[in-house]
Amino acid sequence: MQHLAILPILLPLLAGAAMIPLEEKRSRLRATIGIGSTLLLLAIAISLAVQAHADGGAGVVTVYRLGDWPASFGIVLVADRLAALMLLVTALLGLAALVFSLTRWQRMGVHFHALFQFQLMGLNGAFLTGDLFNLFVFFEVLLAASYGLALHGSGVARVKAGLHYIAINLAASLLFLIGVSMIYGVAGTLNMADLAERIAAVPAENRSILEAGAAILGMAFLVKAAMWPVGFWLAPTYSVVSPPAAAIFSMMSKVGIYAVMRLWLLLFGAEAGISEGFGGDWLLAGGIVTIAFGAVSVLATQDLARLAGASVLISSGTLLAAVGAGQLPVTGGALFYLASSALGIGALFLLIELIERERDVGADVLAVTLEAFGDGEDDDDQLDDEIGVAIPATMAVLGLCFLCCALVLAGLPPLSGFIAKFAMLTGILNPAGLGEGPVEVSTAGWALLAALVLSGFATVLAMTRAGIRSLWATTGRTVPRVGIIEIAPVILLLATCLAMTAAAGPVMRYMQATAAELHAPQGYMMQVIGRAP
Amino acid sequence: MELILALAIGVLGGSGVWLLMRPRTFQVIIGLSLLSYAVNLFIFSMGRFPVGRPPVLEPGTMGDPAVFADPLPQALVLTAIVIGFATTALFLVVMMAARGLTGGDHVDGRARDR
Repeated sequence: MQHLAILPILLPLLAGAAMIPLEEKRSRLRATIGIGSTLLLLAIAISLAVQAHADGGAGVVTVYRLGDWPASFGIVLVADRLAALMLLVTALLGLAALVFSLTRWQRMGVHFHALFQFQLMGLNGAFLTGDLFNLFVFFEVLLAASYGLALHGSGVARVKAGLHYIAINLAASLLFLIGVSMIYGVAGTLNMADLAERIAAVPAENRSILEAGAAILGMAFLVKAAMWPVGFWLAPTYSVVSPPAAAIFSMMSKVGIYAVMRLWLLLFGAEAGISEGFGGDWLLAGGIVTIAFGAVSVLATQDLARLAGASVLISSGTLLAAVGAGQLPVTGGALFYLASSALGIGALFLLIELIERERDVGADVLAVTLEAFGDGEDDDDQLDDEIGVAIPATMAVLGLCFLCCALVLAGLPPLSGFIAKFAMLTGILNPAGLGEGPVEVSTAGWALLAALVLSGFATVLAMTRAGIRSLWATTGRTVPRVGIIEIAPVILLLATCLAMTAAAGPVMRYMQATAAELHAPQGYMMQVIGRAP
Repeated sequence: MELILALAIGVLGGSGVWLLMRPRTFQVIIGLSLLSYAVNLFIFSMGRFPVGRPPVLEPGTMGDPAVFADPLPQALVLTAIVIGFATTALFLVVMMAARGLTGGDHVDGRARDR
């Protein structure tokens, strides 16, 4: 199946386009098309991953040349392990968000399903494309769809947050264009593999322009990935958008990480000459500061949706710092973390809506204020009523899911977050490989280690507090009515995390192979350019 | 030529950044438009400044690349203009919605500063 690589772009495009002329009341047909397309995407992503990991684990890079032009002239799509992994996580999150939206959210505004398909198309395209300008185009596709999804359901809060979100992303897109054109002006190519080949030969007088272009381009990605200090937009936006949109947005911030990971390791690897490792320290430092900022926000927040938004910041910071560390085992652990945290945060965004469904706005603020200033009299009265009331099954299921989310995000055993963090920590502590070579951990390595452990601790504290507030210590609240079709997506995402834990060996081997492919991109370059570099 | 273009990009970009920082949504959208003009000119300038050279080869001829302009930046500018146009239109709609919902044109949705 040589055309498999373009299907993840074509399929949602056609599905989304087919939905637009349908009348608004035929929501059942739209939903069927949407779910069908997303299920097919999942199947395609799985087969692409199998294909990329085939050949006895050596890995196959599938290159799809549009119009069969050679790479330096034409447009290429490249499906390697990393792209296949990202497609798989996107399809899983997309499926969960779409199923979740069936009960009520799809009716809160117009063209939800079409926008959702275009969002998936943009995400898939950004993961598959092999040149910088198409990366820009797919970024714009996914952003344009996300503007629509961010405003889905309308309301003052969403429009206000959407206004900021759109303005920031438009400005970031302009940075993207400046960076791309500067790189083109110096290197004369936009194909990523071709660029990696030419980067060592760039004359010294043009090198500063090239590096400035790469830095500006990197800023555009870091705005998407929400690195401190360009990530203040993230938590306010993600906490007010509709939950299915927020779940797929948790993948969108991973697009920025993906772009940094792909381009930085490809362009500024060992064969970049004197530019080797350009900006790595900035990534590491920025990532650690982002983790710190995320940890403080997690602790400071009193609102569940904001808590999830702050977890996205921690996740982004961890990934950026791990990539910036530039060590192969750390990158492998980071990829595991990427998949696990994207699924965990997606599940959390969906779950929060279920938990908060029957609650008054501002109840959390009141609860914390009560605790801070002491209001003992009321507590005693309520205590007697509480005893003997069994937790109903709905609350038990919600609580269990919340607990799983907390474990995944904080990186506690036994779920996948722990394995990811453990892999990263092992990588940091054994730079030369486990049990090999002298163990000399740099200062930056210790800082990253401390940041990882402390952010996990902050997440545990914040999630415990939030869980007690919203699930345990709620007096006189009505139990939310939760349909099976709403809790199923959350369970699907958490079950995937569980499966990643159970099959940690094969999954981790895939991630390590992906990391090895990223750190030694000669195979990728050879396949794309069509000859030995 | 270089000086005029550089000045144009600089003035447009500087005004755009200034307007982007302003508190009214209308100023923000004008700022974004000016910035996108500056960026489009900037992309164009990355293909160097060949005057009077066509970007498309004559059919059936080999052609000498030295006498032709680089067509890629021109294609990039076209794409960037189209995308920028669409996103600006979308931003305008959101701006109108915010104006209707909050009753003011402040970017944070606050009433006019006192």
